[in-house]
Amino acid sequence: MRLANIYQLGIKELKSLRADKVLLILICWAFSGAIYTAATGASQELRNAPIAIVDEDHSPLSRRIVDAFYPPYFRPPAQTTLVELDRAMDSGRYNFTLVIPSNFQHDVQAGRKPDVQLNIDATIMSQAFIGATYIKSIALGEVNEYLTGRRDSAETPIRLATRVRFNPNLIGVWFGGVMEVINNVTMLTIILVGAAFIREREHGTIEHLLVMPLSPVEIMLAKIWANGLAVLVGVTFALTVMVQYVLKVPIAGSVPLFLAAAACYLFAAASIGIFLGTLARSMPQLGLLVILCIIPLLMLSGGVSPRESMPPIIQNIMLAAPTTYFVRLAQAILYRGAGLEVIWRDLLAMTGVGACFFVVALLRFRKAVTQTQV
Amino acid sequence: MDRVPVAKLSAVSHRYGAVVALEGVDIELPAGCMVGLIGPDGVGKSSLLALVSGARQIQTGKVEVLGGDIGDRHFRAMAQPRIAYMPQGLGKNLYPTLSVFENVDFFGRLFGQGKREREQRINELLTSTGLAPFRDRPAAKLSGGMKQKLGLCCALIHDPDLLILDEPTTGVDPLSRRQFWELIDSIRARRPGMSVLVATAYMEEAERFDWLVAMDDGKVIGTGTPAELRKQTGQETLDGAFIQLLPEERRQAHHALVIPPRVDDGGTFAIEADGLSQRFGDFTAVDRVSFKIEPGEIFGFLGSNGCGKTTTMKMLTGLLPPTEGVAKLFGKVLDARDLETRKQVGYMSQTFSLYGELTVRANLDLHARLFNLSDDRRGPRIAELMARFGLEPYADKAAAELPLGIRQRLSLAVAVVHEPKLLILDEPTSGVDPVARDEFWALLVELSRQQGVTIFISTHFMNEAERCDRISLMHAGKVLASDTPAGLCKTRGEPTLEAAFISYLEEATGIAGQAAVSSPEKVPKTEAAEAETPDRTNGASNQRPSAFSPRRLLGYAYRESLELRRDPIRLAFALLGSVLLMFVLGFGISLDVEGLRFGVLDRDQSPESRAYIQNIAGSRYFIEQPPILDDADLERRMRNGELSLAIDIPASFGRDLRRSHWPEVGVWIDGAMPYRGETVRGYIQGLHLDYVQQIVQEATGQTSSYPVNIVSRFRYNQDVKSIYAMVPAVIPILLIFIPAILMALGVVREKELGSITNLYVTPVTRLEFLLGKQLPYIVVALISFVLLVIQSQIMFHVPIKGSLLALSFGAFLYVIATTGFGLLISTFTSTQIAALFGTAILTILPTVSFSGLTTPVGALEGVSYWIGQFFPASYFLIISRGTFTKALGFADLLPQFMALAIFIPVLTLISVALLKKQEK
Repeated sequence: MRLANIYQLGIKELKSLRADKVLLILICWAFSGAIYTAATGASQELRNAPIAIVDEDHSPLSRRIVDAFYPPYFRPPAQTTLVELDRAMDSGRYNFTLVIPSNFQHDVQAGRKPDVQLNIDATIMSQAFIGATYIKSIALGEVNEYLTGRRDSAETPIRLATRVRFNPNLIGVWFGGVMEVINNVTMLTIILVGAAFIREREHGTIEHLLVMPLSPVEIMLAKIWANGLAVLVGVTFALTVMVQYVLKVPIAGSVPLFLAAAACYLFAAASIGIFLGTLARSMPQLGLLVILCIIPLLMLSGGVSPRESMPPIIQNIMLAAPTTYFVRLAQAILYRGAGLEVIWRDLLAMTGVGACFFVVALLRFRKAVTQTQV
Repeated sequence: MDRVPVAKLSAVSHRYGAVVALEGVDIELPAGCMVGLIGPDGVGKSSLLALVSGARQIQTGKVEVLGGDIGDRHFRAMAQPRIAYMPQGLGKNLYPTLSVFENVDFFGRLFGQGKREREQRINELLTSTGLAPFRDRPAAKLSGGMKQKLGLCCALIHDPDLLILDEPTTGVDPLSRRQFWELIDSIRARRPGMSVLVATAYMEEAERFDWLVAMDDGKVIGTGTPAELRKQTGQETLDGAFIQLLPEERRQAHHALVIPPRVDDGGTFAIEADGLSQRFGDFTAVDRVSFKIEPGEIFGFLGSNGCGKTTTMKMLTGLLPPTEGVAKLFGKVLDARDLETRKQVGYMSQTFSLYGELTVRANLDLHARLFNLSDDRRGPRIAELMARFGLEPYADKAAAELPLGIRQRLSLAVAVVHEPKLLILDEPTSGVDPVARDEFWALLVELSRQQGVTIFISTHFMNEAERCDRISLMHAGKVLASDTPAGLCKTRGEPTLEAAFISYLEEATGIAGQAAVSSPEKVPKTEAAEAETPDRTNGASNQRPSAFSPRRLLGYAYRESLELRRDPIRLAFALLGSVLLMFVLGFGISLDVEGLRFGVLDRDQSPESRAYIQNIAGSRYFIEQPPILDDADLERRMRNGELSLAIDIPASFGRDLRRSHWPEVGVWIDGAMPYRGETVRGYIQGLHLDYVQQIVQEATGQTSSYPVNIVSRFRYNQDVKSIYAMVPAVIPILLIFIPAILMALGVVREKELGSITNLYVTPVTRLEFLLGKQLPYIVVALISFVLLVIQSQIMFHVPIKGSLLALSFGAFLYVIATTGFGLLISTFTSTQIAALFGTAILTILPTVSFSGLTTPVGALEGVSYWIGQFFPASYFLIISRGTFTKALGFADLLPQFMALAIFIPVLTLISVALLKKQEK
């Protein structure tokens, strides 16, 4: 293995990348516009939740409750009737409906504790529970304030002081922005390296390299460092300019440490890309393989839903994916300000998994290249 | 030549970027005869033929074909059924996985022929071309000659009046070549009115044409019959005549090649092959091949495409380990991992395998560095090679932009950059014109005779074979004979090497010219058959084909589904892959926040504090971790993500509670993942209130401290279990990703591989082409849908409360839209990589984030809201969730059906608008 060869081949790889303008545009989009839309658009916390209220009381108290729901958490509540309520919820027009019965104010004042019905569309998993909690506390707060002039309810024997760490206001952009960076790194690296490998196979250039005094290790490492470097530049831009400057997300930990970890992750993801490239025999096959591989990596590594909630078997399977470790250590570094002493195990595991893919790809390399293609 | 010309070009110019392909061509091509276009590669022959066939868009000038303007869309639609076009490249417009019969059958469908008519014609054609015994063989497994005959069958299926053949015999062995021309002659004898337009690089073939057009550098440099051309230039051969027609400066570069005799200096053999075999599955590509090559020798390998030349060469380079046998290089057994031997070998593969995007100099430099040439040797060596190979004028041009001949020179320069002792060249001159070929050979001779380099070269040009010291004739994986060219002729008693080779081939195949031509008694029979269906030719030639033909559409659909069936791996990925992903995602994406780890820093250690902790630890949401020791421990364990929740109970908790001093419990929540943080906060507040109420109740006997009772009803999913929400959501996800990615390569792959030409030159319309291609994938996606629904019932037990019919109908509309989306991406991208990447980027983000999967569409803002609105997944998600969980039926989902239905024509129309019916 000669470093000079790896360097030279990598330079060639970068020149090829530079020649593909469409690809460059897509890469730029992946690290700028895509991050921005993903971070600002979708959020899992409660936002603009469509709520409707059936007010059968029409009392000052019931109007007070109606007026208590306002953006950004809720849409201004719509007034509806009991008859329309079911249909509207069926069609998903409202996620929450609150039914205030007649004589509500009267009953409250008389201390009769009337029932208020809260309907929740539980198919919207991410908002059902949180929304219900909010609505309850808002409604109770209004009633309390109406009765006693204080929002919190009657004296409680124990007070609870909740403090949220690392993201005190639970702003979704903080999370979405960084996770989208990770998602795009995964997607780009695997597709770039895998497709570049298949293309070299289809064009026969890789055969040409194999008759020269070059070993497969050198060819693979060259592909990895060159494409990895291109993606790393993108990540640096995305993190410093898009996440820190445009989206104004504070980064708790060390950016260089994160980038170093990202470099290790790129090695792992690129190894997966080459591995897939040795499995597929043509571009259409690669396309399907990539999708089959990327979707679980994106959805199950802890970037979309928390890992703890997954069934143990899925959690264990996902331990074989470098993305799981990367998501975990990225969250630790960027949000919780963790240092190397905290993340080293994940870093090691991630690199180890990558190395496994690298070795398997290496073992398949020659066979894959010389396989006859129809 | 007094008839109406079959084609007339006036002031036609054509350029590709900066490269001029045709420059002000004015020419009339006579009808009813065989017109040949001769000239080197890259002079515009192919461009001219493509323009005449209507495959390429005319840039400037006017092209009249069959008496009308081919640039006019309406005339083209009318003329195309009368024209047949066979593009350059072996089997370029054929479908490799389809059988011989299926290929021809497909073309018959494109020309709207009925089943009976097709059967009859195909039988006729296959019999007369000798392909009948190979009816069911996939086109990929045919030899080069057979591929071209098959191409001819496909071209002749609709009885064209004008047959256009672009280098039909390049890369074909001499026997097949002879058979091919005999076939053309017999077809012409039967249909004397048919005009044939041929481009060729073989001058000896041009001799048999009626009328020739000599071209050079985008211009016509001479026209006339072969005899006229020879007479004009005063040369005996057409080769010579052509060189005479060239402009002065080009001519001077050329002089007859003289090969000095080889001096045998003995020594070990450069190559020794002993019983080399290579099998791929049950197919034997190379069968026990043995030969010995002396150092400094030029050894030729002669044979048709697919006879095993390339495979043998790959075994000698170490690329392909032989299944059997031994190969030795310079007396040492070949070891693929031995980097030292590779330094002695230079290899040039059949296809151009340098980096097209790099410049000439960069390519040379890269290879010099990879061969470890030291810095001080590298510069002079590159300069020397550039001078010797005449590459200096092109030094800073990208290799992909060079003409073929120059590119081959560069390939050779790269192959010798490290001064190897052995050169393995696989058809280095294929597709290179005679002048450039001679220049190339001059370089080879110099290397062999002056530097003692051993050259192992494969070719299908006889005049090149004659220049070799020794040659091996190869056929169907076997070496038929090895000797000096003269020796071979002598053994067979034939005057020329070509004749000798043909006689060997005939002996080997045992067909001796049979099958080449339809026997005389067959001709009247076929004519009779023609008479039986008299209106078929008229039908094809005089009427404008219908604007929309279901038969042509089904033809494409049939072909696409055959191809899909022949790639079981892809089909399995598509069907089983979606089931697998459903399994993983259905179980995996869980928005139930459960199993959260929490720790307690209990500074009090009183019964009250323990009871409080027990209340939290007892819920299903939280799992208690070992107690927190102190503040530093709390800090550390939260930072490394071990704890999602930390509870800090003050020292005086129990005492304060007893004295009603309102003790305060501190709670720390990990907010790194906001959604989880929010949920944890909700849980802990709820648990806290429960506990507090419990205390109050114990103390006062009051049931609730609240002035109102808020009764929550979680609808549609009473247990608030993720699986009931996720399974109906995963189906829409999978029904977009997989169908879109399957479809995305549909058109762009035809563009890359060349079969898109069939769209350009047959009457098939863009709409038929697109819908035909889409149809099989819609079926695949629907099968996938059925599998997913079954899986949701059997594996996940998520009942469908609403109408299954409504769900299925929604899925039907949805997969038409999603395949349409893939098709759209496929029409505007030009490479497969871009299509893959584009599909991934453009479907994954909107589906996962903006279509209501985790966040309801209503909660989206700005751009993402609008992306969600214009994305089909948003609507099918509502249908899927509605029918699964909300017991909805047709009537309730009408708006969603409408929305999906609108996507279909819109996507299709955009695709049609973006797809070109002609090449630019």
